Amino acid sequence: MDWITTVDHKKIAILYLWAGGLFFGIGGIEAILIRIQLIKPMNTFLDAQTFNELITMHGTTMIFLGVMPVIFALMNAVIPLQIGARDVAFPFLNSLGFWTFLFGGLLLNLSWVMGGAPDAGWTAYTPLSGKGYSPSHGVDFYTIGLQIAGLGTLIGGINFLATIITMRAPGMSFMRMPMFAWATFITSAIILFAFPAVTVGLVLLTFDRILDANFFNVDGGGNPVLWQHIFWIFGHPEVYILILPAFGIISEVIPTFSRKRLFGYSSMVFATILIAFLGFMVWAHHMFTTGLGPVANALFSVSTMLIAVPTGIKIFNWLFTMWGGQVRFTTPNLFAAGFIPTFTMGGVTGVMLASAPADFQFHDTYFVVAHFHYVIVGGLVLGLFAGLHYWWPKMFGRMLSESLGKWTFWTFIIGFHLTFFVQHFLGLMGMQRRVFTYLPNQQFDTLNLVSTVGAFLMGVGMIIFLVNVFLTSRRPADAPEDPWEDGRTLEWTIPSPPPEYNFKQTPLVRGLDAFWKEKMAGHKAMTPAEPIGPIHMPSATILPFLMSVGIFIAGLGFMFSRDEFSSSMMSFLFNNYIVTALGLLITFGSMLMRSLFDDHGWHIEPEELEGGEQR
Amino acid sequence: MMKTWQAGKRLLPMTAALGLLLAGCGREDLSVLRPQGPVAESSYGLMKLSIAIMIVVLLIVFSIAAYVWIRFRRKKDQDEIPKQVEGSFKLEVLWTVIPLILVIVLAIPTVKVVFAAGNDHSDDKDAIKVKVTGHQYWWEFEYTDYGITTAQDLIIPTGKHIAFELSTKDVLHSFWVPSLAGKMDTNPDGTVNRFSFSAPNEGVYRGKCAELCGPSHGFMEFKVKSVSGEAFDNWVASMKAPESVMPEDPVLAEKFKSQCLSCHAIGSMPASPVAPSLTGIGSRESVAGILLNDDTREDGAPILENLKTWLHDPQSVKPGNKMPNPKDMGLSDEEIDGIAEYLAGYTLD
Repeated sequence: MDWITTVDHKKIAILYLWAGGLFFGIGGIEAILIRIQLIKPMNTFLDAQTFNELITMHGTTMIFLGVMPVIFALMNAVIPLQIGARDVAFPFLNSLGFWTFLFGGLLLNLSWVMGGAPDAGWTAYTPLSGKGYSPSHGVDFYTIGLQIAGLGTLIGGINFLATIITMRAPGMSFMRMPMFAWATFITSAIILFAFPAVTVGLVLLTFDRILDANFFNVDGGGNPVLWQHIFWIFGHPEVYILILPAFGIISEVIPTFSRKRLFGYSSMVFATILIAFLGFMVWAHHMFTTGLGPVANALFSVSTMLIAVPTGIKIFNWLFTMWGGQVRFTTPNLFAAGFIPTFTMGGVTGVMLASAPADFQFHDTYFVVAHFHYVIVGGLVLGLFAGLHYWWPKMFGRMLSESLGKWTFWTFIIGFHLTFFVQHFLGLMGMQRRVFTYLPNQQFDTLNLVSTVGAFLMGVGMIIFLVNVFLTSRRPADAPEDPWEDGRTLEWTIPSPPPEYNFKQTPLVRGLDAFWKEKMAGHKAMTPAEPIGPIHMPSATILPFLMSVGIFIAGLGFMFSRDEFSSSMMSFLFNNYIVTALGLLITFGSMLMRSLFDDHGWHIEPEELEGGEQR
Repeated sequence: MMKTWQAGKRLLPMTAALGLLLAGCGREDLSVLRPQGPVAESSYGLMKLSIAIMIVVLLIVFSIAAYVWIRFRRKKDQDEIPKQVEGSFKLEVLWTVIPLILVIVLAIPTVKVVFAAGNDHSDDKDAIKVKVTGHQYWWEFEYTDYGITTAQDLIIPTGKHIAFELSTKDVLHSFWVPSLAGKMDTNPDGTVNRFSFSAPNEGVYRGKCAELCGPSHGFMEFKVKSVSGEAFDNWVASMKAPESVMPEDPVLAEKFKSQCLSCHAIGSMPASPVAPSLTGIGSRESVAGILLNDDTREDGAPILENLKTWLHDPQSVKPGNKMPNPKDMGLSDEEIDGIAEYLAGYTLD
């Protein structure tokens, strides 16, 4: 019950982590099934329809329900601490964001047991995703599930923007903010601008499918290429929503374990902003073969290549952060070290893809599959692992086992390169992506086998990580405040895990890497910026949970509103929009409750704070 | 300026070496790395240039990383605080400018080739014009200048530009012959795409659909058969021959007419919008695009066997295709075999 009603950012972070982990596991199992099917030519392990459902759900789940929540988990766990705040700006909304994400994700995955998962690819290109070619409810689960989950992401993004703009500790100017806070800030800004595009797209597609609208239907005057534009105007920035937090994590981990400040901090900030800006300009590079014509192709080619410049700045700044430092290969830093070459490889193939005439060959082949897995797994997932191992003691008060962590790293990264490096060659040798099987004697056989073996090895790495988490959870919570000894930022100045109110006294920030600066000045703790006083805390509430349940029910009701049911009772409930109305009633009723009944929260008095310190 | 020029000079032998290395990859009739025509050649040129640049970048990053990890590893007794360096304006400018130069080196030829690829030959009197239509899960080729339509096998004369007009009857597909040219999507009417390629050498090239189009997307293959100009003219002439050969057995002929020809077309019949034309199916490279016809059995089976496999259960060969099972249409096993034999013998000279 405590977990359902909580509005504490640290607990919500843990909720995000478990839910994200659950979906990540589902996506991983889907990936393994895909690789088993492709282990040899003309394999019959899966049928074509199931395979298409698996690739669609693997992509959708991993992007929206697997890695995004883990990113949000780390942001929630760390950002208020890093900027010296007691919580996020809107704790109630934070909880609402989590629950809408969870129920959206559940709705999407219900499709497996309720008559067919979506099968039109995670990009859901029309007309294949239209009612005419995808008559099952699969794509409805996709549009409505993602709509609900996307609501949560948007809420979360706005919340972080407000938090970072308004709640930084005294003295922490924007240019003294840790890089992960910067990455979160920019990522949230991208979410704010990109998610409305996909929201609109999903609404249009839902209307096409459920209300027989004609936005993408050629016979009714619609245009399927319009969907591609809307999807990628969201979809390309989404790539940066994923990778910028990883950049942020790496920029925290490397300085800590090199005992040096980040090289070229201001150019890192500038590069992050530039990447975000350019990220919005290049969506059509996913559409070179759509037939946009040479002018568009040339413009989008060149603008895409330009992204290599700020990204290159980042890579070299990381390398030179370590230069002259004292590099310690703890598990987090091992993942950060693995990140640099792996992500660089994903980056350079990105530049290759940007060259439109060459992309005519690369597009929709395994070369592209290899490229984006190098970026998303080799970049983001390695970054997330670095971040999880790094902040685990802060989140849970327990250090993960270093030796198991190293085993995780080596099995995962070796498996990763085995899986995806050979896929570059498969693509160049003529294997298109999203094929459920392939003919023998095309020289695809060996490389596919290698790829599948690699995927299993990655699975082993994941299992070792889970074992590590399980064993760690049984040990006593005894992590010190600054478990890595060289912590540079504010989160390492408070106990692990932090008390409910984070900071007894808001710290005064005197420069970049605030804690490091105090340490170098010979201080053991931060100088407080305020006297000890009562701390205002928001009340726990179940309303966000109820609101999300309501939307979930309304979504299901809307989706099945035109179905014929064998039971007349069901037909009555669904066809008259009674279920939809009930769901909306729960949601709007909860909103009304929230508006009518003022809840001023409560205070922790100074006496309790003193008690808390002796804990 | 001098520096860039030197860098370019250094890239040259590397590009050449790479070319040799990559050329070992894949089948000649399928691999992007073994281009068989000028269009694929120009993509390949850009690929070699970009791979060479990227390998240089990777080598630099990897070697700096390896050096840093080994040289600056924290030693046991190391306890002094390292110098907290803020950054270096000169270095940061350096790694902004160098990638910028590399990007420009790649961008210039890219833009050139983009506009060259935009040259579609649709107004070229000398070019062969082919209207390609994608269907779930087969390809239709209409030669507008000759008034003939075929399916699955695209016959082209060597050396001539083939000007394509691409569209689809149902969902999006993408027309791709890796060893001859990059891919181009087939969109529904209204956004018709044009492009062209040519094949200087005779040969059979494997073509694929590259856009997810349903369960049998992976099986939506076709062949491009490049033949001499003379052979092409002969093929056109025999395709245009008005008489359509029917099965000899009159009962079978009747069945074929009433059951098969309600969807398919043969000979001079107008092309059907729902099913592939069967004219000269006995001379094709494959049945249904994926059952390769090969009497030597090295890379497939004899055409008669393939036709029987297909006709006895089309769904098991290509899941989700639109052809009804001949058995459900009231054809007996013997009749199906009879039709298979007839189709296998229906060749063009």
